[in-house]
Amino acid sequence: MMQTVSGELGSRLLYYMKFMRELEHRIEKLYRQGKIVGGVFFGRGQEAISAGSAILTEPGDVVCPSHRDLAAFLIRGMEPWVIVAHYLGRRDGPTRGRDGNTHMGSLKHHIISYISSMAAIVPVANGVAFSFQYRKQSNVVLCYFGDGATSRGEWHEAMNFGAVFKLPIVYICNNNQYAYSTPVSRQMAVAHITDRASGYGFPCHRVDGNDVLAVHEATKEAMARARRGEGPTLLECETFRMSGHSAHDGAEYVPKELFEQWARKCPIARFEKVLLEASVLSRAEIEQIDQRVEAEVEEAVRRAELSPYPDPAELLLNVFADTSEKQSPIALPKAEGN
Amino acid sequence: MPELTYLEAIREGIWEEMERDDRVFMLGEDIGAYGGAFKLSAGMLEHFGPRRIVDTPLAENAFLGAAIGAAMMGLRPIVELQFADFITTAYDQIVNYAAKARYRWGAGIPMVIRGPAGGGVHGGPFHSNNPEMPFVHTPGLKVVVPASACDAKGLIKAAIRDPDPVLFFEHKLLYRRIKEEMPREDFVVPLGKARIARAGKDVSVITYGAMVFVALEAAEALAREGLDVEVIDLRCLVPLDEAAVLGSVRKTNRVILLHEDTRSGGFAGELAARIAQHAFAYLEAPVMRVTAPDCPVPFSAPLEEAFLPQAKDVIEAARQLKAY
Repeated sequence: MMQTVSGELGSRLLYYMKFMRELEHRIEKLYRQGKIVGGVFFGRGQEAISAGSAILTEPGDVVCPSHRDLAAFLIRGMEPWVIVAHYLGRRDGPTRGRDGNTHMGSLKHHIISYISSMAAIVPVANGVAFSFQYRKQSNVVLCYFGDGATSRGEWHEAMNFGAVFKLPIVYICNNNQYAYSTPVSRQMAVAHITDRASGYGFPCHRVDGNDVLAVHEATKEAMARARRGEGPTLLECETFRMSGHSAHDGAEYVPKELFEQWARKCPIARFEKVLLEASVLSRAEIEQIDQRVEAEVEEAVRRAELSPYPDPAELLLNVFADTSEKQSPIALPKAEGN
Repeated sequence: MPELTYLEAIREGIWEEMERDDRVFMLGEDIGAYGGAFKLSAGMLEHFGPRRIVDTPLAENAFLGAAIGAAMMGLRPIVELQFADFITTAYDQIVNYAAKARYRWGAGIPMVIRGPAGGGVHGGPFHSNNPEMPFVHTPGLKVVVPASACDAKGLIKAAIRDPDPVLFFEHKLLYRRIKEEMPREDFVVPLGKARIARAGKDVSVITYGAMVFVALEAAEALAREGLDVEVIDLRCLVPLDEAAVLGSVRKTNRVILLHEDTRSGGFAGELAARIAQHAFAYLEAPVMRVTAPDCPVPFSAPLEEAFLPQAKDVIEAARQLKAY
């Protein structure tokens, strides 16, 4: 199917997908060099999902990305060097070294941090949507999670809660077929996440998660519905995790043919082809995007590596509000509106 | 001024804060038309409407998580747990999300999680617990345990205004059993300031919640034996008024740590360690614990009575301290 897309949107989507892939690639390199420690998670092969959806957010909307949704952070304006500083455990990251990998949040950018217990973010995202309803704001929350998260009780409780309150939220599932090493077939006895969610009483759609325009279109409709006050929608974006669970995981448990099969569906290559065939972008314009991404990622890493490590004297600051601002030698991130 | 029960005092405190600040709202199970399992929110739906008195599905993770998200966006949710025992079902949201958010990324979560705790009403193993300790042990959470009606009002108001997550454990035995006249003016009781419930010079009983009354009953009996007991009501376990604890111990030189919660890993252990470290030289006798034993809270009356610390246990402990 030939989809139409403007040059402006097409180049932005392509830019963010490429940026996400390149930035994650560089983060992986820093990990292999021993400069980044701990868990390193990628959304390789899943870039279309966060890019195609988060690009639709308005300034007052909120995103709650999972660990496979780096493009959402970039689109909401978190600076790439700050993201790298975070991975490096440096003071200029959004948690000043208190947390690592994709555990990033920034109220200023309307990005709510997920936590490691999968699906814990979903009830919290509902609360953000509830606050929009409470204040009669016409904003929407995009809440992301993986297929594994849909087995948690918190997820089921949250689906039901969102439905009962008709919350302005879009639940976006990255169904990448594996939760760590566990395939979807061991996660649930039904075929699709939509089968699980449809009992809660709101529309659920399966979307080709490697087609950025399909994700974009489905999210647009779901957001419009949410803004009209008609409640949540669940989008099951079917994709594949083109890496292990995290950088230490070689994913030997994934049949090689599956990687080969999904490599042919690379969302970036596919979108380039669409843009070229429809003459939305020229080869030269795409090369310009590549160059820009490469230079910006390079600069992000350079700047992040200059950021100092946090001072152990900060260890006890910010446990409570009254142990933060007054005593802190540096500017600490402050919650807004409290 | 009319006297208010402990339960009415909490209602009035919440009511006043909701009148004062539109960001404050309450959510939980059966709190609307029904007015809550203990009728604490009776009349509130009629007055504030369903936008601010929010009945939820029976799903603690869902509504606690929703409160966290709303608090992050600047609202001031009060979550009612139908029974404090059920807090275990939302442990992840409280301990992993709410407690760590400010420390991790500066997201303050000004919310109150409140509900009835404690035994003495034949509630059995799932409606009688004192679940404070896992949360005392979680940095980032405040834990409030009011014992008087005035305190219940002043502390709930302080908790609602606090910028961090506060767990507010009401003792259900006190709900309708105690009454007090409230101060006329708008007042709050600051978090982290203990109260001398009875001044004395011979033995200190450090306690909180309904056990304050057990301590006072014991103190009356011991006064007749010529023993002058001081009763310290902690009011809050986090932040802890350590100065009040140590000050009392330094004055009386003998201390009983009393709580309704079970013994091992209970708050008395934490207090004992602090006293041993900072007031060792003042002690005339070993630190004594009077607590519930290490078993679930039983249902049947004779069993529950045997489980709950009684005034006679405190009296016996005080006599031992005196004789030491």
